[in-house]
Amino acid sequence: MAKRATRESYGTALQEIGKDERVVVLDADLSKSTKTEMFQRLYPERFINAGIAEANMMSVAAGLASCGKTVFASSFAMFAAGRAFEQIRNSIGYTGLNVKIGASHAGISVGEDGGSHQCIEDIALMRVIPDMVIINPADDIEAQQATKAAAEYQGPVYLRLGRLAVEDVNPEGYKFEWGKGVELKDGKDVTVIATGLMVQKALDAAKILAKKGISARVINIHTIKPIDKEIIIKAAAETGAIVTAEEHSVFGGLGSAVAEVVCENAPCPVKIVGIEKFGVSGTPAELFQLYGLTAENIAKNAEEAIKLK
Amino acid sequence: MNEKRKTELAIIANNVRKSALTGVYNAKSGHPGGSLSIADLLTYLYLEVMNVDPKNPQMPDRDRLVLSKGHTCPALYGILGYMGFFPEEDIKTLRKIDSYLQGHPDMNKVPGVDMSTGSLGQGISAAGGMAMAGKLDKKPYRVYAVLGDGELQEGQVWEQAMFAAHYKLDNLTIFVDNNGLQIDGDISEVMSPYPIDKKFESFGWNVVLADAHDFDSLEKAVQNAISTKGKPTAVIMKSVKGKNVSFMENNPAWHGVAPNEEQYVKAMAELDKIIKDLEARL
Repeated sequence: MAKRATRESYGTALQEIGKDERVVVLDADLSKSTKTEMFQRLYPERFINAGIAEANMMSVAAGLASCGKTVFASSFAMFAAGRAFEQIRNSIGYTGLNVKIGASHAGISVGEDGGSHQCIEDIALMRVIPDMVIINPADDIEAQQATKAAAEYQGPVYLRLGRLAVEDVNPEGYKFEWGKGVELKDGKDVTVIATGLMVQKALDAAKILAKKGISARVINIHTIKPIDKEIIIKAAAETGAIVTAEEHSVFGGLGSAVAEVVCENAPCPVKIVGIEKFGVSGTPAELFQLYGLTAENIAKNAEEAIKLK
Repeated sequence: MNEKRKTELAIIANNVRKSALTGVYNAKSGHPGGSLSIADLLTYLYLEVMNVDPKNPQMPDRDRLVLSKGHTCPALYGILGYMGFFPEEDIKTLRKIDSYLQGHPDMNKVPGVDMSTGSLGQGISAAGGMAMAGKLDKKPYRVYAVLGDGELQEGQVWEQAMFAAHYKLDNLTIFVDNNGLQIDGDISEVMSPYPIDKKFESFGWNVVLADAHDFDSLEKAVQNAISTKGKPTAVIMKSVKGKNVSFMENNPAWHGVAPNEEQYVKAMAELDKIIKDLEARL
């Protein structure tokens, strides 16, 4: 199966979305990496390079949106959610303006660039902004559809995109549903809830568990905020144990969001697989091993969660 | 500008000052000093320059104003209230729990406010975005932004200074309220932004010097900005913080402190005296 990075899916979707003349795309000198260059090729007059100045770019995006534009502002997750957090918070979040933040190179799968560029804080940062929508797509088709759905939605959206090519986890004919978790595999003993490129590893973990006679449900949460409470509560009630998996800090990300829903509605053991330390240089595969973002570690945590029942 | 109109504008500007002080006094908090220094500018822009309609605040082709130094919104609310964007007497609800008149401008709550501001440096960038939208849509509207001189210490201002010049946003005009004072004191002692004019010039802007309390000077500056093609314009306005209230003038202590009752009464009496003298000229 062909692999594709979600940043490329983003570029493809922007080419389609760009047919609408209200759409404007901004980038901060990373258009070749974030793939907004794909939009630029077709609509150069509506592509604005803001230079290496992310703070200004986010507030410019707000100004454009206030004049009726549908704005996509792109950079690496580190410099979008990180560098320009307060501009996103005040110029875009507080105003509720129609700006989509296309944040690529999120997580440790950036690889060799190392810890300075491996953004493992962005979901947490974006989650605390009221009404900010956060979508972390798992594969090509989901990323394309999520980008198109973001363009149709009125208001701020944070799209978390990856550098690394990933396999398809969704079946052909998949339809992205805003704010809805996707049950990819049913199971009764434990539920693995994953987001982004960890969804594939969650499916692999379920296979490992199956060999041990453990039936694992697998849920893909692409929309981290607003989160699909219903599917999580149902999983907690029916399987009684949950493991979450994300390429992000264990603090404030998917695991925290799931734990909040579970604690308040259907308490059960929740194990959180994620990252607690700054990253280092290395290949993505080596980094996944180093930080335990593997099918084996998810399976191990699933067994521990079951023991806590 | 003829003398009669100048006198009329001066009366309105001093009423805007009264309104701003009334808001801050009733709120028991807020920023009087920098509100008083921009009262003449806002009065001039809204009444003589900008294409806006109080009955249709969201008019798509309106001129836009971003108060990048958002903390001085009492003056903005003063002129918007005077024009009828909302009832003038509502200024007394400024900063109160059920009021739409927020402590810093909120575009979703206050009719006539084009951008939510308050966090310094962001307003000028948003204004640049609006100007860019006008260029993309080939619309004739103009965008104005008002900045504090202390605000120039924010790096984001210079990011936008590069951006607006690079994209030749000649529909963007910014006014720097150069009253020389910020919360901690003299701007040249806290962190000097000088020479402000040469900085903007070197970033590729058309630069005009003006007197913030002289309508002829402001008119000349705006005409210069409108006739300048291919460059954004920065109007560096010499101004007096706390203008027209004797004990507030040039005193940084009045940056973000509300007057007590005695001070409020004294300030209003001083402004009433100025207004009375102006009215005698009409």
